[in-house]
Amino acid sequence: MAKTHVTMKVNGAEVEGLVEPRTLLVHFIRENLQMTGTHIGCETTHCGACTVDIDGMSVKSCTMFAVQAQGSDITTIEGMANADGTLSALQEGFRMMHGLQCGFCTPGMIMRAHRLLKENPSPSEQEIRMGISGNICRCTGYQNIVKAIQYAAAKINGVEFKEAAE
Amino acid sequence: MIPGSFSYHRPASVADAVKLLSDLGDDARPLAGGHSLVPMMKLRLATPAHLVDLHGIATLKGIRRDGSNLVIGAMTTQHELLASDDIAQSMPILHEAALLIADPQVRYRGTIGGNVANGDPGNDMPALMMTAGATYRLEGAGGARDVAAADFYQGAYFTALEPGEILTAVSIPVPAAGHGYAYEKLKRKVGDYATAAAAVVLTMSGGKVATCSIGLTNVHETPLLATDAAKAVIGTSLDAATLKKAAAAAEAIMAPAADARGPVEYRKHVGGIMVTRALQRAAAKAK
Amino acid sequence: MNDLTPTREQRSAALEGMGCKRKRVEDIRFTQGKGNYVDDVKLPGMLHGDFVRSPHPHARVKKIDDSEALKVPGVLAVITAETLKTVNLAWMPTLAGDVQMVLADGKVLFQNQEVAFVVATDRYAADDGINKVIVEYEPLPPLVDPFKSMDADAPVLREDLVGKTTGAHGPRKHHNHIFEWTVGDKELTDAAFKKAEVTIKEMISYHRTHPSPLETCQCVCSFDKIKGELTIYGTFQAPHVIRTVVSLIAKLPEQKIHVIAPDIGGGFGNKVGAYPGYICAAVASIVTGKPVKWVEDRIENLTATSFARDYHMTTEIAATKDGKVTGLRVHVLADHGAFDACADPSKWPAGFFNIVTGSYDFPTAHLAVDGVYTNKAPGGVAYRCSFRVTEAAYCIERAMDILAQKLNMDPAELRLKNFIKPEQFPYHSALGWEYDSGDYHTAMRKMMETTGYAALRKEQAEKRAAFKRGETREIMGLGVSFFTEIVGAGPSKNCDILGIAMFDSCEIRMHPTGAGIARMGTKSQGQGHETTWAQIIATEIGIPADNIMVEEGNTDTAPYGLGTYGSRSTPVAGAAIAMAARKIKAKAQMIAAYKLEVHEDDLEFDIDGFRVKGLPEKFMSMKDICWAAYNSVPPGMEPGLEAVSYYDPPNMTYPFGAYLCVMDIDVDTGVYKVRRFYALDDCGTRINPMIIEGQVHGGLTEAFAIAMGQEIRYDEVGNVVTGSFMDFFMPTAVETPHWETDFTVTPSPHHPIGAKGVGESPNVGGVPAFSNAVNDAFSFLGATHIQMPHDYWRNWKAAKDLGAVA
Repeated sequence: MAKTHVTMKVNGAEVEGLVEPRTLLVHFIRENLQMTGTHIGCETTHCGACTVDIDGMSVKSCTMFAVQAQGSDITTIEGMANADGTLSALQEGFRMMHGLQCGFCTPGMIMRAHRLLKENPSPSEQEIRMGISGNICRCTGYQNIVKAIQYAAAKINGVEFKEAAE
Repeated sequence: MIPGSFSYHRPASVADAVKLLSDLGDDARPLAGGHSLVPMMKLRLATPAHLVDLHGIATLKGIRRDGSNLVIGAMTTQHELLASDDIAQSMPILHEAALLIADPQVRYRGTIGGNVANGDPGNDMPALMMTAGATYRLEGAGGARDVAAADFYQGAYFTALEPGEILTAVSIPVPAAGHGYAYEKLKRKVGDYATAAAAVVLTMSGGKVATCSIGLTNVHETPLLATDAAKAVIGTSLDAATLKKAAAAAEAIMAPAADARGPVEYRKHVGGIMVTRALQRAAAKAK
Repeated sequence: MNDLTPTREQRSAALEGMGCKRKRVEDIRFTQGKGNYVDDVKLPGMLHGDFVRSPHPHARVKKIDDSEALKVPGVLAVITAETLKTVNLAWMPTLAGDVQMVLADGKVLFQNQEVAFVVATDRYAADDGINKVIVEYEPLPPLVDPFKSMDADAPVLREDLVGKTTGAHGPRKHHNHIFEWTVGDKELTDAAFKKAEVTIKEMISYHRTHPSPLETCQCVCSFDKIKGELTIYGTFQAPHVIRTVVSLIAKLPEQKIHVIAPDIGGGFGNKVGAYPGYICAAVASIVTGKPVKWVEDRIENLTATSFARDYHMTTEIAATKDGKVTGLRVHVLADHGAFDACADPSKWPAGFFNIVTGSYDFPTAHLAVDGVYTNKAPGGVAYRCSFRVTEAAYCIERAMDILAQKLNMDPAELRLKNFIKPEQFPYHSALGWEYDSGDYHTAMRKMMETTGYAALRKEQAEKRAAFKRGETREIMGLGVSFFTEIVGAGPSKNCDILGIAMFDSCEIRMHPTGAGIARMGTKSQGQGHETTWAQIIATEIGIPADNIMVEEGNTDTAPYGLGTYGSRSTPVAGAAIAMAARKIKAKAQMIAAYKLEVHEDDLEFDIDGFRVKGLPEKFMSMKDICWAAYNSVPPGMEPGLEAVSYYDPPNMTYPFGAYLCVMDIDVDTGVYKVRRFYALDDCGTRINPMIIEGQVHGGLTEAFAIAMGQEIRYDEVGNVVTGSFMDFFMPTAVETPHWETDFTVTPSPHHPIGAKGVGESPNVGGVPAFSNAVNDAFSFLGATHIQMPHDYWRNWKAAKDLGAVA
């Protein structure tokens, strides 16, 4: 099958590559761009481990072809740290609130939470749970992920973070 | 789980898309959000030689008013439906149902056109469209035609779409102001199809049901319009006996498959309960 | 000056030692997408392998035609059983003493069994290739129901075993029988039942499920023909065991095998065993001379590698009228699928199921387990549990509720009445275990007080009355669970894997600047070992945890260990760390004595260094001792500061806990809502409370999933119908309840730091709590036992069967 030339912006940098039309975006990111933070967990669009941000949308990159991302602006987990290399509010929140264990779902979870907070800067617990319902975590039981996102929201909003009482 | 090879086409107009599809014939499939088709391709249950991606066609996007109808472009995503104030206000049942479709990521990509056109009995929008009296615009090499949602579904994955045709828009009559509505969906978890679901749009007058329309999701090989059930509630105040009658009338037309969601008997029973609950909630909302 | 001198509290806090909620070291890389998982490993010239799998559950393989596959661009080879026979690898030994086909040899015995391995230049070509391999099958009658496996006319599944009347664990009664395992005093138990005032009997099933970590099983095998060395990167919970197994079955010298387990995306028991993918990738690499990657997809994971549970437990309790238990009798029918590939210690064909007497003082008990073959996937792994302990806990906790119901007693009261008393520890159970420590009454009462148990029972009584009056369609259940686990396999006297005793190990090497590295035989899959192991060392030797790097998973550098599963890391490796640290500390004491010019006995350890007793200003910090270890050790002493410990535990540890689930069920739809879940865990000494809480949350979530719907289900002709995350219940944040955690601390008396292990407790205790809640909800309508999983339709069916739904 003839290959197609694609160009897109990933984490602020223009990238290009030759892909088959059937090349899944997640494989383009992981194999061609060698950014392996985006993971594959279920392959049937349920787990969200492959979530990246495309043109302001959270997208499961295992269910989109690389050719469809032509010209788009993509952010992956590798683009989430602060410019000075320190952890961003969400990354810090996940660490401080123990929002991860094996770390496999974490990049997708953070990418989804990133868009959620852009759209809803002060979500309730229920809104967070609904907002991350396209991402499966096998380790944490989600409770600390919710706290991690609340922590990040507070930090981004410049307010003090208070853990909800048990 | 890797899709088979295919050629990729990205037309910029409906005319180009239609021409491609008719030229390429059965080997070509239109690609909308892809969240039904791409997993099927990864399982190699679908192996199209050509994909015609509709994302490049600007005219297929957007929500607009056309007289007393809301016209929604086929490539409008569930996320965009949810973001529309017009829909939230004039067609709130659409908003309510869109929130129950899949998960946030899928809603950013999943389109209303894909949801109604692919004929999957598990999809939520088709029953809703039937309930709302929507019409689909189908465009093919021979021109455009309008088909009522109620006439569109012929079997699981079989629809009125002719080879080479694409569904370009849905047109929904805006329900009367003060109407009551509810979409009751029982599912095992986020991302699941309905075990059974019921859509109700009704109007009340003097404490009695004046008009009513009921649609059913995933309890038959096609979405269903429960006309007898709807008739049974007209003129009533939805007393217990009426609700029971309506549920029974709805159950009578259900023919779900037994699957991991439960045996046939359960899925029908739950279907009846979804009808009951949707009627009650819709009536409570009606002004 | 004095203001700047740190206080003892400050010095202690600076160590971030045991008891501290230390933030995880691992998270710095994981939150930035910089973890290094197996699929991230890319080697020059690397090829990809993928399996052709059987659509049939039972069939003869007539012919495999690879000619079209070999024409696919990028496909290099198709490996079949015939290929593997040339290197004597068509079959492989299992950890349970059975053998398993690597690729179908004449027959397939379960749906999705591995039939051929296609090797190609990339994963796309490999997938194209598997779709072009044509396999001709002759279907055979499938055997799906384990209760029919030993019928006289049951089909013969394992033709390789025909005529073999003895298996790895004794005599075989039937061609589909694997083993019978019995424990306890049959005569005494039968006698107890004869004279019992009250008995109960129930067949309690624990359905087949799957650990399904988010990262599937995968490996990269790279054979260097010149050096004759095989390097394997893989998702291995037990890398050293994999190295030994590969050496034994591939006949490669063990020093020429390098096994590397990089970051692992969850294990939960799925990544303990050896799978055909590993063997095929290794053979493919040897054949092609290139690295070969194998990555399982989710369907393959759910349907082919390692189910869990599938135990059918006929359970009887004998008791007095006033509720004192006098005997326990259990028979288990264990469905092992096509091959017995249980990942248990070798001498334990049913794992530690004989912990089934639970937390109760049974004077006598008898247990018999029959393992049988069916046309289902092999496995039998400990899904977040210590070798069949989850099954045992479910069995006894359900049975105690059934007994309480029969006696018309409150289930909590019945438990309190029968608990092993604190003064009975160490306690010898009727089925042969020595429980190390426990205070069950305190834990249970704390649970009851904190949750307002009595008030909840009152509310339940009111709701039941309202239900009977027709005022509500919702019923309320209280699920009490009090579990005792057995973890930390294990003492060499009774635990080995393929003859290797189940010790674990730690090597600590302190560097001159007061930093160090600890290398371990364990392998974290999310447990946070890099964080917690350093905390133990910090407290033991007074060096800040931040200065200790923990390394696991590389068999070339790590001391031999048996790996991480069955909650064994803290009980075994955690002890090895403390023991190695204490060796470091002992040598450090000698160095300090020499430098401070006193006798060692005149020194006392004080947080982060040694102090001369009675002379508080004479102090040498551990940091300074590290430096001294490299330049001025006492005459006759070797320089350097390092130690190794191989720890053979004297006993298992026995964590326990008291859980309560409060659930409401809508009888018309079967939809349930977990209103409240309280989990009190006692895991002895707590190393990092933050990580313990996280482990409990995760284990409870898995327990919730299992009890309420997570099932590997086969239809009546052997098709697996739950092969994706659509139908295999994997709860999201929306379905998952809120968790309340609590604890008591009863240290293990034999463990160097008193710790017991916690990762699996919430799964072991959680499942019975959920199931008991459902059963308790329906009990007033006449239910005694409703089988799991308790998904919506089954709850509705229960209500219907009980006449609560028209």
